[in-house]
Formats: sequence, structure tokens, C-alpha cells
Amino acid sequence: MSDPIVTVDEVTKQFRDGTRALDGLSLTIPRGIIYGLLGPNGAGKTTLIRILATLLRPDSGTVRIAGFDVTRHPTAVRDRIGLAGQFAAVDDHLTGRENIAMIGRLYGLPRREANARTEQVLQRIHLADAADRPVRTYSGGMRRRIDLAASLVGRPQVLFLDEPTTGVDPASRQDLWHLVRDLAAEGTTVLLTTQYLDEADQLAGRIAVINHGRLLTEGTATELKDRTGGAVVELDIAAGQRDVTLRALEPLDAQFATDRGRIVLPAPDGPLTLRHALRLLDQADITPTDVALHRPTLDDVFLTLTRPNTTDRIAARRAA
Amino acid sequence: MTTATISRRRFGRALTHTGVITRRNLLANVRLLDVLILSTVQPIVFMLMFLYVFGGAIQGALPPAAQGEYVYWLLPGILAQSAVFGSAPTAYGLNNDRAKGVLDRFRSLPMARSAVLTGRTLSDLVRSTFILGLQLVVGVALGFRWHNGIGGVVAAIGVALAFGYACSWLMAFIGLTIVNSEAIQAAIYLVVFPMTLTSSVFLPTRTMPGWLQAFAEHQPITIVANALRGLTLGQGALPTGHTVTGETLLALAWTAGLLAVFAPLAIRRYRRNAN
Repeated sequence: MSDPIVTVDEVTKQFRDGTRALDGLSLTIPRGIIYGLLGPNGAGKTTLIRILATLLRPDSGTVRIAGFDVTRHPTAVRDRIGLAGQFAAVDDHLTGRENIAMIGRLYGLPRREANARTEQVLQRIHLADAADRPVRTYSGGMRRRIDLAASLVGRPQVLFLDEPTTGVDPASRQDLWHLVRDLAAEGTTVLLTTQYLDEADQLAGRIAVINHGRLLTEGTATELKDRTGGAVVELDIAAGQRDVTLRALEPLDAQFATDRGRIVLPAPDGPLTLRHALRLLDQADITPTDVALHRPTLDDVFLTLTRPNTTDRIAARRAA
Repeated sequence: MTTATISRRRFGRALTHTGVITRRNLLANVRLLDVLILSTVQPIVFMLMFLYVFGGAIQGALPPAAQGEYVYWLLPGILAQSAVFGSAPTAYGLNNDRAKGVLDRFRSLPMARSAVLTGRTLSDLVRSTFILGLQLVVGVALGFRWHNGIGGVVAAIGVALAFGYACSWLMAFIGLTIVNSEAIQAAIYLVVFPMTLTSSVFLPTRTMPGWLQAFAEHQPITIVANALRGLTLGQGALPTGHTVTGETLLALAWTAGLLAVFAPLAIRRYRRNAN
């Protein structure tokens, strides 16, 4: 494998209010892939992006991008990165074209080159038609595309996308996914944070799950799913019986998955775990309205890993 | 490559980037038509209001150089006030850019660290120039005449704008330090309004109580207003013991002092600002 383009080594960042946003985090990102960074709110994803984009300095540890240290050679790093943050950082009163050309000039391109490059980028995000309208008339998805285009105009080697599709309608999300895939196919490394597990599953070649500023696990989507120990049991329960059920299934680590409105529990032993679960339900005199046993989705991986007691268990295992 | 060519190239880059940012901000001014119109009309309305509401009552208190016409007293004062008020958008503009994530984007680009603030203060300077020019025209239409030649008027506008520009750096520091935009507005009103009202902008300071007079006579907005009066109307418009040159130099000293303190502070804020 060639040299990784991003290396994060034992990085710590504590904020003035005492929150430890990053706690000895280490990661390496190989060149030319889409790397997904997953974690619940407050896990430290945005802090990491901000450190990588030279907006924040780490308290300790080192971060290198394309061989340059972010604290010692920030300008060399800035020459090689593109950033699209959580909000589309575009100027409402400028047209799409003006927004992109301006960023091109700020990347140091001479005027003619900035304009030529803007043209290319506009073609590629399929916004050439709307390019001369002020951005204020754009839809949310179009704004995101302009924002992304602006970060592309300097031909970055690494692109940081902080929740690029949050608050975007499904069709625009598909467009953005296409764009990100194309970029990676051309050799741009993309680091994206997301709250949507299907997004990471669909896009990312490798995924890191972080929580409380620490790396919980890292690998391809398949590796992550295998590592969680195979199957899960999902139960549909009448709303009134949810608490009773959770109590009955406590020995099996059952959890309520808010996004799906179901009770989920890891089934390391497959059908045997299912039988155990049903026996416990029978004893408590609870009848589920639906039962399913299936291979884990990334959601299950995420739920299992970011559950407070799992984090403690991992920490304990590390300490031992 | 020698150090000289590197630093020349660096300076060239900073200049280009400053130009790009200034243009961006000016385009915003021109394209936000409602803001443009309102922010142009407001200083004129202000001026008319003071002229006609206060004018009659104040005439007796005016120095002879004002020839009994309040507009002679008011116009140089209003120009000083507008130069200070004209710096407030620097704070709002930067705060808005920060809230929208635009500052983060700029900071992640390989651009000169000074360009965003220099560009912002320069575009606000252009705007103030336009407004002061407009007020001067309206003032002349209402009967203001200068006694010191056109050179004096140009010098007066120059002093006012220079002081306003220095205030812009103070506002840049405020805009980057206070996160909440409403708090910024409150902070600015808290400082700018009392400062202009306790100065010689609207009234001679002679009629104020002694303790206030001591402050009012020496605070920078009074000094700038005095300098503008001296430059446009001549020595006779100044309180006894003050000279046109003296007031002008003092106003420029305040300008330099504000710049020397707040430009580095604001740039430092910009560099280390983390949301």
C-alpha cells in the first residue's frame, strides 16, 4: 500500500470548558478512497475535521496531510485540501459562478485560470444553467453542490466533507453521492462525516466509528458487520409494553432503536439467541407483533459500539 | 529564491486576496438593494432630524463662525458621527461571515491571513466615503458653506474617514470576539451612542455640567468633530485655546493609536478563532 495521505497520531483536543473532544485518536487514511467517519453527536467528528482543515490546533499528537504537519506547515496543507462544512458557506448575493471563481482566486489561481476552472467545475456539478443566478434563489441541494464545487476549484488532494447531505432532499443526496464517487474514482481522497449509516455503507471504502473522541473500530463495512458478531434480533412490540419487554430482555442487551421504532438485540448465536429471547418473552407473558432475525446492518454495528456499556467494556479490555 | 522575492510575492498575494474580498463585500452592498437604500437614507434623515429639531433652540449657543446657522455646526459633527457609525457594519459583516461558516472556509484556504479583515475594513471605508460625500452634498444644499477652501473640505473628509477606518478595526475585534449578533448590536449602541451624544457633534460642550465637560472635551469624537470644524470653517469655529493644526494632529494621533491597538488584536482573533 502506498503512503497514507492522512495520518492522525494520538491526537488530543480539550476545549476550555473541559470537554475532551478528542482523546488519543489515531487514524490513517489511504490515498484515493472515500473514508467515512461515523459517530453520535458530540463524538468528536467535527473537531477532527477542524483540526485536519487547520482551523484548530491539537493539544497533543501529530496530524500529517500529504506529508505535511498541519501545525507546522498549515499553508502547505491548505494548498492541498478542500473543505465543505456543515452549512453551505456560500454568499447568497453572489451568483454560483462568482462564488466559485472567488474561491479559485483565493486558492491562488490567476483570474483567467480561475474562470476556466470554474467552468469545468460547474459542468461537473451540473449547475451550468443556474450559474448566473444569485445563490439566494437556489434550493438547499443546489447550495450544497455550489459549496462542494467551491472546495473543488483548487484541485484538492483531500476533500473534507462534514455531513454533506444533512438536511438535503433524497434526490439531491443521490446527486451528491454520485459526485463524491466520481471524485474518488479520479483519485481525490474524500473524508466524510455523516449521521446516516446508509450513507457510509453506500459510499465509504473504509469506515471509522468514533465516540467520546476515541476510535471504537475501523475497517470496511463488511469487516465492521462481521466484527459485531453476526446476526441481530428485531422485535415489534406494542408501545405500551416496551418498557416491560426491555426489562425482560435485559440479560440479552436489548435496546430500543429509536430510528426504527423497534427493539433490537445482538444475536451472536443466531437462532439460539432468538429462542432464548422468545423464552424470556414467554415468561414475561409478552407477545411481539413481529419478530425477525437478520444479518447486522451498519446501524446495528453503530448501536452495539456506541452503547455506553460497550464503550466501557472496550476501555476495560484495553486497560487489562 | 531570495528572502526579498519571497516576501514581495507574499505581499502581492495578500494584495490580490484583499482585492478579492473587498470586491466580494462591495458586491453584497450593491446587490442588497434594500440595505443599500435604507443605509443611505438613514444618515440623511438623521441629519435633517437634528437640524430641524435642535436647530432653533441651539442657535444662540453657537460660536460666531457658525454665523447663527446650526447647519454650520452640525454638518462637520455629523460627518464625524457618520464616520464612526459607518464602522459598525464591520462587526456585523464579520459576525455574519462567521455564523455562516464563510470564515472557516477562508481560514482553510491558502490565503493571506490579513486579507479577510483588510478587505472587510476597506469595503466599509468605501461605503463610508459614499455616505459622507452624500451628506456633504445635502449639507451644502441646506446652506452649509466652507470658509477654508475646497482643500479644507477634502482634508476634513480625509480625517473623518481615517478615523472611521481605525474604528472599523475596533469593530472587527468586537465582531470576532462576541459571538451573539444581538450582543454585538447592544455593545455597539452602548458605546457609540453615548460617545457621540457626549461629544461636540451636536452641541458645544460648554453647556454640559463640569464633570461631563471634562470628559466631553477630550474624548476622541469631539476631537475629530473639532478638527473637521476647524478644517472646513477655520480657527473661529474652535473653542479658545485650540488650533486647527493641533486638533487635526490630535485626531490623527487617535486614529493611529486605535489602529496600532486594534488591528493586531483583530488579526490575532481571526487567526485563533474557533467556533
